[in-house]
Amino acid sequence: MLETALRGSRKYWGLILFLLSLIGIGFIFYLQQFSYGLGITGMSRDVSWAFYIGQFTFLVGVAAAAVMVVLPYYLHNYKKYGRISVLAEFLAIPSVIMCMLFIFVDMGQPLRVLNVLLHPTPNSVMFFDMLVLSGYLLWNVLVGWTILGAERKGMPPPSWIKPFIYVAIAWAPSIHIVTAFLYAGLPGRHFWLTAIMAARFLASAFASGPALIIILCLIVRKYTKFDPGREAIQTLGKTITYTMIINVMFLGFELFTAFYSTIPGHMHPFDYLYVGLDGYTKLVPMMWLSSILAVIALVLLLNPDWRKNEKTLAVASVAVFFSLWIDKGFGLIIGGFIPNAFEKVFEYWPTIPEAFITLGVWAVGFLILTILYKVATTVKEEVVYDKYGEKQIKV
Amino acid sequence: MSINRRQFLKIASISTIVGLGGAGAFDLLQRNWLEAAQFSPDPKALTAKRWGMVVDVSKLKTEDDYKTITDACHRVHNVPDFGNPKDEIKWIWTETYGHTFPGQEDEYMAEDIKHKPFLVLCNHCNNPPCVRVCPTKATFKRKDGIVMMDMHRCIGCRFCMAGCPFGARSFNWRDPRPFIKEENKEFPTRMRGVVEKCTFCYERLAKGLIPACVEASQEAAKKAGTKPGLVFGDLSDPDSEVRKILSLHFSIRRKSELGTQPSVYYIIGGNDHA
Repeated sequence: MLETALRGSRKYWGLILFLLSLIGIGFIFYLQQFSYGLGITGMSRDVSWAFYIGQFTFLVGVAAAAVMVVLPYYLHNYKKYGRISVLAEFLAIPSVIMCMLFIFVDMGQPLRVLNVLLHPTPNSVMFFDMLVLSGYLLWNVLVGWTILGAERKGMPPPSWIKPFIYVAIAWAPSIHIVTAFLYAGLPGRHFWLTAIMAARFLASAFASGPALIIILCLIVRKYTKFDPGREAIQTLGKTITYTMIINVMFLGFELFTAFYSTIPGHMHPFDYLYVGLDGYTKLVPMMWLSSILAVIALVLLLNPDWRKNEKTLAVASVAVFFSLWIDKGFGLIIGGFIPNAFEKVFEYWPTIPEAFITLGVWAVGFLILTILYKVATTVKEEVVYDKYGEKQIKV
Repeated sequence: MSINRRQFLKIASISTIVGLGGAGAFDLLQRNWLEAAQFSPDPKALTAKRWGMVVDVSKLKTEDDYKTITDACHRVHNVPDFGNPKDEIKWIWTETYGHTFPGQEDEYMAEDIKHKPFLVLCNHCNNPPCVRVCPTKATFKRKDGIVMMDMHRCIGCRFCMAGCPFGARSFNWRDPRPFIKEENKEFPTRMRGVVEKCTFCYERLAKGLIPACVEASQEAAKKAGTKPGLVFGDLSDPDSEVRKILSLHFSIRRKSELGTQPSVYYIIGGNDHA
């Protein structure tokens, strides 16, 4: 099937070339980081994880969000998701690969990364994170490719794939939960030491991931003949409405606990993020931008007329995605380190090389996504009718 | 019975995989039983079941007292000086009371305590979170309680820095070697991309010497005719000097509520008996 990715329009090759050039620029900056060390980034003794780990955390959410499509389809036979289940699985693949790359570029000694396998350490959450992420990648490649292959041949999916589908569904929440446990089990990091961390991760993932799937569905419909289906997109809109409400509520729970108890250690990171602490305010504009985007998204999503209009739904989806990208990519990780273990503030801001390396990794993800989506949409265009006999291409 | 090439390759590859896997599993089981040592231990080596330290802050008076101590450590361990807080690496340094014991500060507390420097270093916790989170066992707890670093195994993921509630760990954000003032050839320098911290001078203990910071504080005290501000010893031995001091004085530990069981104790209102 991969050969279908080798034939494409001028626009397709233009996109590929654009992504390849971003990857190239990112790679050059990575070589610089490789030779100089991580000091090339904005990270410091006090903020020792930052932008890279933030991206990783956010993308784990995007990866696992595929389950919001796959679960209703396979467990509840929600037929409208039949056409897009492959799109959801094919989003999970580049997301997990980006997660792995962000971990890799964050390593001080990347050439020693296999030490994690050479000296397996089950008491470290990172060991389990590696297991669940690689497993999730494997299941999604296997399931996505097999289902699409069957569709191409006009056959029902082979029965041996069924157990893997169920495993993948049950597996999806584990990648959030384990990633949340990376942070939630550390003594002395008040911002992270909260039992609701894993729940917050799930809520934000199930909002940001489906929001991206909506955007991708709309793009696919615009630029290919494949039509993901209006109803599927609308149902995803309902999903992100609920999950975004839950996500904002969870943030509210955190704020209540911190500010009603008035325990300084619990209040300080929130103070730093939203109003600044000891006169340091670098992240305040970003966090308010995230909050404003969340409000815009909720206003658009809660009004049924706006939600049903695909144009406003698209705006709402973009708002959800970027609101949560700031929340996870910036706030969550950096907020955990400010103030530091001495209740002092040392601020962080990404550097230019760091930003380009980040962009390069995102470009790798989007390159893989583009190729996989090219394969999927070409197959769907060729097949014409979906599994249920409905036309899945635009007329 | 004859086998064709295909069957032969199948059998050969399966038996190779099983053989390698079996050896690996056996190796894994064995690994924890062995203790790596290149030489037989020095008979003069200082040993303990749980090394610990007492910082008696009333004995440390002048700026110089602190500087002698921190310099002694950083000199023998080739700790670089980058001159900026972003790349900073430190093993032992000073903080005010409020920063050393966050949440314990009080607006009405004695001014001299409020502004007095407190020496901070790795606490060599009995229940160390850094060891718990390390994905490669590059940081581990020795049988004598020292929380050690294997800089050759460290992958530089910095999970230990997130896990440590005491900010005791530093990362080599860039090549530290050009920033070492005077290299001590007896102790290894580090490369970029690994985490480091105080090791309670395991290399000196092995030769029968007390930690460099403690030695420096003893020398300073001898000159001034007072008692040293740092005392080092075996916390598991009721007759050790540290235990005697702890039995006579009220002491506190940093963030003891977190349950990491630090092995560094602070005595604040100590008197001459300590």
